[in-house]
Order: sequence, then structure tokens, then C-alpha cells
Amino acid sequence: MKIAVSSTGNSPDAAVDPRFGRAAYFIIYDTQTDQFVAIDNVQNLQAAQGAGVQAAQTVARQKVDVAISGNFGPKAFATLNAAGIKTALWAGGTVKDAIEQAKSGRLQFATRANVEGHWV
Amino acid sequence: MKIAIASGKGGTGKTTVATNLAFYLAGRGRKVIYADGDVEEPNGHLFLKPQWDKTVNVPVKIPLIDESLCDHCGLCSDICRYNALAVLPDKAMVFASLCHSCGGCYHICPRKAITEIDRTIGIMKSGTGSGVTAYEGRLNIGEAISPPVIKFLKGHLKKADFTIIDSPPGTSCPVIEAVRDADFVVLVTEPTPFGLHDLKLAVEMIRKLGLAFGVVVNRYGVGDDRVHDYCRDEGINILLEIPNDRKIAEACAAGNLIVETLPQYAAHFENLLQNILHARRTTGVRV
Repeated sequence: MKIAVSSTGNSPDAAVDPRFGRAAYFIIYDTQTDQFVAIDNVQNLQAAQGAGVQAAQTVARQKVDVAISGNFGPKAFATLNAAGIKTALWAGGTVKDAIEQAKSGRLQFATRANVEGHWV
Repeated sequence: MKIAIASGKGGTGKTTVATNLAFYLAGRGRKVIYADGDVEEPNGHLFLKPQWDKTVNVPVKIPLIDESLCDHCGLCSDICRYNALAVLPDKAMVFASLCHSCGGCYHICPRKAITEIDRTIGIMKSGTGSGVTAYEGRLNIGEAISPPVIKFLKGHLKKADFTIIDSPPGTSCPVIEAVRDADFVVLVTEPTPFGLHDLKLAVEMIRKLGLAFGVVVNRYGVGDDRVHDYCRDEGINILLEIPNDRKIAEACAAGNLIVETLPQYAAHFENLLQNILHARRTTGVRV
């Protein structure tokens, strides 16, 4: 299983970023290899619009199964859903904590976006 | 002659000036068009009370992706600076509300999987009221991008002696679209700190566009002298002062035209016209 977690830093010790589309980084973790990869999300931090769409595309191209973040907007959720990626809300703690939670099967998966879009 | 009525700040009296100028000119026997380009909240109709004869949809182009031709290479998504396309490993998605209709995705697609289709984002109405030929653009609720409606509106206006474009407030894309080809721009402001602040932004914008312009000070008598001081220092013509008269506020609140219900103000709009014509002759900018 591959898991993407929105992160405030480029290591699994960083705090989970509460925003998905405008997260600083995504940490991609593969449960089979126990390896982490950090993906810079800087271009979406500066996007005028559509950050959620592009962040979801970035994560989908990593072929992850689960995305974890503090919040998902409507377009990010729709895009992840179309890619067959499950979304789970997790606020507070580190990326590592979130991954442990996922591995233990205790994550609650979302069925819809939990926040409104910005502007459009 | 095309006159755009704009402002930095909202609520300064653009529509009051635009509708009354249009009505005044029509009363003088001129063929006048009033075009409401404040498409997010068009309200000139409240004063001119036109009988709408015609309503048409305003379309924009958006991409339609044929999944049977798409190999999900992602070039369309990469070129889209508005992030309106998501290309997933085996699905491509279009977020129509983010699309600015630039056509980049359509042109770059190597497999010709993208066609452009129409999407309605607003309407345009036309008719006659108070002796004025009126047009109105109206952006649909929930839409975020208004310039295509303003462009469509301006592209469908008939010829007239005077075309008055009632512009949106602010200094961003919708305003630029509304004023860009005007022969003269009237900036309506009020003599308050907020009015002055936004007037400065509007002047900066109009100067960058190289358009001839002047200022109307509405609610003259409130606030302070700083708008006047600024205009004097910058060499900007004050075309008209509309006094802070309770009767004007009452007329507007009742949906009445000042020139009609308070005829003593008709001369103000004649002065405005003469000052515009004079300013146009003397500024030498795009005359």
C-alpha cells in the first residue's frame, strides 16, 4: 500500500500539513518497502487557483492508495476519488503518526470533501 | 463616442452617473446606448426600467476530452496555468469553472483528443427604456470569471451617438475589459479617504491603458478636500461635482433618475458632457 500525507516539511518527522492543496510537501510512504519519498508542492502553494486539483494530480501520479490530510476541498476530493484514492482526515501529530494510524487500520475514510473550495 | 463610467471604490455612484448621463443625452435627441457591464451585479435597469426584447446566452469555450483518444500524457494539464485540468494515470478531468478558455490544451494535445465546446456562463439582454437603448450582461450565479460576459456584451452593441459603458468597480480584469476601448473614461469617486485611496488605483490603471479620463466627485460636501487636492496636484480634470443632497439619495433609493425627478440637476449633466468633450479635445490622448 502507498500512502500520501500532506506535510509541513520534507521528512516523516514533520507535522501533518492541515491543508491538502497548498501543503508544503507530500510524503509518499510505501508499506511494502518501508521507504519515504518527499515531493515538493511549492508550485501549488503559489497557484492562483486550482491548487487542490494539481495536488491531487501530483499524488495520483505517485499511484498511491490513500491520501491523508487535515482537510480536502471539493475539487481535490473529486480528483482523488476519480483516481480511486481513498482520503482520510488526520489533524495534529507528525506524518509518521498518521502513517502508523493508517497501518493499524484505524483511519476513517471520508466520503466527501470536508471544506468549501476557495473562490471557485 | 464611447464613454466608460468606472471607479476604484464600489458604491461611489457609477450607475447613477451612467444612467442619468444616458437619459439626459437621449432627452436631447441623441441616439444613446447604455450598456451595463457590471455583470456581477447589473443594476442600471432599476433606473432606466427597460423593456427587454431579447435575451441570449453568453458562451465560453471549454475543453471536452475524448477518453478513447487520450493517452493521459498530461501535456494539457502542464500547459494550463489555471489548473483547470487533472490528468490521472487513466482518466482526464476538466474543471470547467477554472477554465479561462485560452485554448492551450486544445492546441497542444498530440492525439487530438480535445475538442472545444460551448459552456454558458451568463446572459445578455437588450431592449429600450427611458428613451435609451439598453443592454445588460449578467454573469450566472456561481461563476467566477466575468470578462467573457463583458466582452460579449461590448461586441454586440449597435452603433449610437453615445455609448455609455457602466463598468464594474475595482481595477482588475473585469474593469480593464469594460474600459479598454473607451474614447473617454469617467472615474466616479467620493471625497472620503477610501474614495481617494481607490481613485488613485483607478487613475494608475487608466494611465497605464493610455486612456483620456476625468473625475466626477459624488456626495460632494461629505469627507474632506483630499480628492480635490490630489486631482489638482495630478492635473486631473474634475468634470462634475454632485452635491451630497438628501433628495438625490431619496430619488436613487426609489429607483428614480435624478435628471427626471430633480430637473435642477439636468444642468449638471450638460456640464459633464461639455467637460468630457472639452477634456477629450485638449488632452490629446486617443482622441
